[in-house]
Amino acid sequence: MTEEWKFTTKDIAEKPDLFLSGHRACAGCGPATVLRLIMKATRGPTIVTEATGCMEVVSSIYPYTSWGVPWLHTAFETAAANASGIEAALKIMKKKGRVKQEHTDIIALAGDGGTYDIGLQALSGAVERGHDFLFVLYDNEAYMNTGIQRSGGTPKGAATTTTPAGSVVPGKLEHKKPIAEIMIAHEMPYVATAAPYYWRDLLMKVRKGLEVEGPAFLHVFAPCPRGWRSDPAKSIEYSKLAVETCVFPLWESVNGQCQLSVPSKLVALAPQKKKPVTDYLQGQGRFRHLFTPQNKKLLEEIQSLTDERWQRLLKKCQAS
Amino acid sequence: MKNVVKQEIMALSGDEAVAYAVKQSDVDVVAAYPITPQTIIVEKFSEYVANGQVQTEFVCTESEHSALAACLAASATGARTFTASASAGLALMHEMLFVTSGCRAPVVMAIANRALSAPLNIHGDQSDSMAQRDSGWIQLYVENAQEVYDSIIQAFRIAEDLNVLLPVIVGLDGFTLSHTLENVKVLSDDVVNGFVGMRQLPNVVTHEGKSVPFKLDPENPMTMGPIALPNYYFEFKRQQDEAMKNALAVIQQVNSEYAELSGRSYGNGLLDAYCLDDAEIAVVCLGSTAGTLKTVVDELRKEGVKAGLLRIRTFRPLPVEEIRSALENVKAVAVMDKSLSFGGNGGAVFHEIRHVLYDAKVQPYVVNYIYGLGGRDTSPREMRGIFEDLQRILQTQRVEKSIQYVGLRE
Amino acid sequence: MNREKSWKEIALAGVCSKSSTGFLTGDWKTYTPVRDPAKCTRCLLCVLFCPDGAIRWRPEKADIEFDYSFCKGCGICANECPTKAITMKLL
Repeated sequence: MTEEWKFTTKDIAEKPDLFLSGHRACAGCGPATVLRLIMKATRGPTIVTEATGCMEVVSSIYPYTSWGVPWLHTAFETAAANASGIEAALKIMKKKGRVKQEHTDIIALAGDGGTYDIGLQALSGAVERGHDFLFVLYDNEAYMNTGIQRSGGTPKGAATTTTPAGSVVPGKLEHKKPIAEIMIAHEMPYVATAAPYYWRDLLMKVRKGLEVEGPAFLHVFAPCPRGWRSDPAKSIEYSKLAVETCVFPLWESVNGQCQLSVPSKLVALAPQKKKPVTDYLQGQGRFRHLFTPQNKKLLEEIQSLTDERWQRLLKKCQAS
Repeated sequence: MKNVVKQEIMALSGDEAVAYAVKQSDVDVVAAYPITPQTIIVEKFSEYVANGQVQTEFVCTESEHSALAACLAASATGARTFTASASAGLALMHEMLFVTSGCRAPVVMAIANRALSAPLNIHGDQSDSMAQRDSGWIQLYVENAQEVYDSIIQAFRIAEDLNVLLPVIVGLDGFTLSHTLENVKVLSDDVVNGFVGMRQLPNVVTHEGKSVPFKLDPENPMTMGPIALPNYYFEFKRQQDEAMKNALAVIQQVNSEYAELSGRSYGNGLLDAYCLDDAEIAVVCLGSTAGTLKTVVDELRKEGVKAGLLRIRTFRPLPVEEIRSALENVKAVAVMDKSLSFGGNGGAVFHEIRHVLYDAKVQPYVVNYIYGLGGRDTSPREMRGIFEDLQRILQTQRVEKSIQYVGLRE
Repeated sequence: MNREKSWKEIALAGVCSKSSTGFLTGDWKTYTPVRDPAKCTRCLLCVLFCPDGAIRWRPEKADIEFDYSFCKGCGICANECPTKAITMKLL
């Protein structure tokens, strides 16, 4: 990897936005902040291709566009397939002398729908073929754009419109698919998780992902106040709580070698400071039903599942 | 014809002829997934890649849906792209076909026409591309391996024409053409290169207010594939329809230009009429069946029967005026369909021909023959039977059965 | 308001013709952020966290500026401000 990118907060604040104001995202949209930050980490000529979803729709309502870079949307499944095509085209056109730029970074952007579920095939294929691109997953944990339906990324216990908290079934019972681990199993050069509260960490990881020669995968936690029934003002705060409760730990895998990122390392070093998941769950309407007596067991299951995954992660990071 | 270039004769199957034409056409990106009976196209092409005979990025995608998505994205980046499929693969691409034409990407795709499941059948019929006739792609159907070679080369010119900018499907009958060896006259690399030239891009005005080439280029950012709400979507579709109208002329122009070089013209590019001038009875068909039908027509003509054949080469855009004038004097028309629109009262080609002839000065009898589904062979004898039915219709001035199945065990 | 264009006038394939900075979302808000410059340390977290890029750092003024024509009133800036320099006031 090239030398570490050094920047001050002012540098980032002054850098012109490439994800522009005037998009139609909800007030307090976590993914919108995530996208703004990601675009602040670009380093030169960049092309973005995006899957159908919230961020695609809010940023490209004809005739308006919020994109200051070349941007292509085709369909829901195809973020990674598009990236493959763009990369192949640039490669061969450069050989034939038809491309000016020395190098163009390609970012494929998708929500949890376009990554965990309908987009998984294209993602897996593109990574297996080794295309040089960065895939960024902005995870708001449900198919938000179509009305908050459950996805493979919806966590256990969450109420969505297709897994409502009813009298018999208390929300989604399946676990959140461990997508980043699936990507590590592809033996790809770089996989990382990030959260918008830890913006420095997020920017560094985007930059690292762009610098990798080959495929890189970045899983970014992106709270959705509308879908989570949470306070729009707290979207960034929830991303902090998710890390502090180990619901969404921050780490990176460089060529299969895993290491915790600083915010999660601090929790590992001071386990007594690890917050209970309830700190994160309360205040979110999608988890409200978990705080009733009949769902006490489910709440405990969520805590133990979180702890199990955290312990597994710690072991993996220590082994590296 | 004067100035016809020197050509070499090669023994090629339809699939091999496609691969060879692609090899010569300076294609930048090929993204494809194998499916019988198209496999030889991708296999042959990958040999060219492995031996450094082409300057093409060959992407072996993990499905047809991704193959077309990758071709579309590559095309949006300014590359010339090609893919091939058939049957279930084309069906899997369904969503992306509409997206590709909506994005005005001039992708060229060879379809080795094959039956659709279920039940599974790998043999040739035209259900696969017929099911996509609303997708906004230009559709050409070829009669033999020679024509598929010529049409692939022409397809790049048709698709990339600035008045068209629509993707093109070239359909060749599965196994009958894809796997059958024929003598194919091929042009030299230089001639083909000169004919297809370099891909020209139209200019578009972007959100930065600049008029720049239509491609993803960091120097001139633009947004492609937005969401268009009810206040705009309709206008974009109208644009596509206009492009289809323009394609009618462009296909003819490209056909004659190519004929100057090669000495080969396929009718006027849109239709191939055989013995239709004074024909009283005629059969309309698409694809390789025309080859056998010509033999049957010749036989009938020797017997003094005024029989004729109309092969539709360009199915989309539908050459309405040309079909009407070609069949002007014909009194009874049989349309052969190698596909079936279930519950639709006949096959797709039947519907289209009948609707074109509704506005004819004198409406002929128009009847339908569903044949060849799942690769069922149709003999010259059976085809002759169709002409005999038409004769009976004219004699009795009555149609007994408007839609029939040829070679089906009832 | 501009008349919407006919099919002959719009760019092909839906290439967008206007930047979204021409679409003002400021009228969405019910609450509006008010900053106390005395408490503000110019840490710029609000600039980074605003989902709409409606808070800007102006180097020439060495100060932060709110663009109320885009601000949707979500309150993230107020929530994240380390010195509680921003409060959300009902419009």
